[in-house]
Amino acid sequence: MTTVAPPASAGPTPPTPPTGRRGRRPGRRRRPRSGAGRDVAGLGALRGAAFVLPALGTVGVFLLFPALWTIYIGITDYRLTGEQARHPEVVGAANYTRALDDPLFGNSLWITLLFVLGSAVIGQNVLGFALAWLLRRAAGWLRRTVEALVLLAWILPSTVVAYLWITVLDRGDGTLNALAGTGGTAWLLTYPVASLVVFNTWRGTAFSMLLYSSALAAVPPSQLETARMVGASGWQTVRDVVFPHIRGHVLTNTLLITLWTANDFTPFLLTAGGPDHRSEVLPVFVYRTALEGAGDLGYASAISLLLLLANLVVALLYVRLLRARGVDGGADGGVDGGADGGAGRSAGRGVDGGAGRSAGRGVAT
Amino acid sequence: MVRRVGFYVLISAITAFFALPMLWLATAPFDDNPRIGLHWPRDWSAANVRATLGHPYALGSLANSLVLCAVTAALTCAMAALAGYALSRVRLPGRDAVLYLLLLLSSVVTGTAAMVPIFILMTQLRLIDSQLGTALVLTGGLLPAAIFILKDFVDAVPRSYEESARVFGASPGQVLRHVVLPVTRPGLATILVWAFVNAWGNFLIPYLLLRRIEVQPAAVVMKTLQDEGGSANLTVIPVFSLLYSIPVVVLYLLVSHRYGFRFHGGIKS
Repeated sequence: MTTVAPPASAGPTPPTPPTGRRGRRPGRRRRPRSGAGRDVAGLGALRGAAFVLPALGTVGVFLLFPALWTIYIGITDYRLTGEQARHPEVVGAANYTRALDDPLFGNSLWITLLFVLGSAVIGQNVLGFALAWLLRRAAGWLRRTVEALVLLAWILPSTVVAYLWITVLDRGDGTLNALAGTGGTAWLLTYPVASLVVFNTWRGTAFSMLLYSSALAAVPPSQLETARMVGASGWQTVRDVVFPHIRGHVLTNTLLITLWTANDFTPFLLTAGGPDHRSEVLPVFVYRTALEGAGDLGYASAISLLLLLANLVVALLYVRLLRARGVDGGADGGVDGGADGGAGRSAGRGVDGGAGRSAGRGVAT
Repeated sequence: MVRRVGFYVLISAITAFFALPMLWLATAPFDDNPRIGLHWPRDWSAANVRATLGHPYALGSLANSLVLCAVTAALTCAMAALAGYALSRVRLPGRDAVLYLLLLLSSVVTGTAAMVPIFILMTQLRLIDSQLGTALVLTGGLLPAAIFILKDFVDAVPRSYEESARVFGASPGQVLRHVVLPVTRPGLATILVWAFVNAWGNFLIPYLLLRRIEVQPAAVVMKTLQDEGGSANLTVIPVFSLLYSIPVVVLYLLVSHRYGFRFHGGIKS
């Protein structure tokens, strides 16, 4: 952002030609003007801190504190009911050694892995890219319609889409059985993980599609033209021309949707852990351990901490990659899906902070 | 030619894949004889709508959702606006560290990862079944990203507006009220809508913290209706789903149309 020195007739300030971005006015005894954080409204550090306090306070109490507290609860044997509910005792690493031996935990990890690999790493990525690639030169109406449908699948509330898929997969009268003629197959009972994978692919493709749409728009058209002229097939074009440009985006996108999918609680709405723990992804496992049956809060806390640490690793990796790509990692990590990734959007409007941002940043989200 | 046909076949297949589950929402609410599977209604009727409106908890839960999400959105927007502005304009000690921490918090501490300590915390604070408590938890989760978005937004606003106002003798309060607020309105509106939409669709936190059906928002009551089973299931659920979904779609279209960019819900749980 370049600032403009006030015009010569503007009152008390002696007119000075601006020195680059920061005009130094010799006559003024103000706090040093040095780039970002210039207190133009004259708030002062005290009021500035007061402004930040409510937000940081809320985040501290309801986000940061629970995350740290989980470390402590994880080393106790706190339970929902019974003696340990009134007098929890510190049991050290007992919860963690229990996790190592617990077959249900191992089962949950394995299912979560399948779920993430199938629906996010492969499913949403491939389908999202395929849609972005197919639609990039499609007629306007076709592109808008397809994108609208895909987006609708993402913005509908989770309880609604879960129920919609229950109606599709129902054994007796479900839409899938009616269409495919496989009457009587209880998909959610017989193939719970596969059903979840298909469901989540359907649910989340929109994000990848939009991201790859922007990424593809940034591939130099001349290179695509050249490829077409030398007779490269679609697949060859993607592999040799497109992929080198979007490699970074593939990685960051994969990290992000992996993080989201691993923490997704929606499978609970579809199978609630599946027939006999057969589709118990980690979020559902934590929930059932903590709040169903005996209510083993200490153990569930320990598992939650492991999940937090895994999230942390992925998030750090993600921020690292963004910074390495020379993009301002600041808002991207937090904003991710919050603001649109359309490359055309960096034209100064909306939430991406406007004209100063590079086009690459618009693509990154 | 083959390529063309292949393209259309593929696109049609994908479109059908996405459209199919949602079609049920268009027909079942008005079907006189609603069934689980998708089928063209033989008789159209508004009986389901009447049944839903008459259901003891359906409309109440939608009202609960409205209150919960409005409070969450307002709190998030207000606190994030103040913090975003200060972090953008004022040089506070430890600013970069705070920003980095917020960045990490927003993606690392998800509802799933924090559900156990939050449940225990709210139980001990006696804030179970408290709509305000739930709103605060939701706000806490949404704030980091909101702060980022608004800080970015304020960064993009030229400082010359505020500078000019100061030069002409405005106090900081006046600068904020008369210069900053109007200019940042699009950003504030975006955050309001974004926070509202996120809270509207959130299932886990209300499910965890709101136990009595009278205070539960639509997200939770939807699941309760399913679990209840019985014939009320198919008369009420389709209409209820539609009513529950429409605000989100409308808001999305509104923001998309008004501000010329597509915006989709951010951190979900």
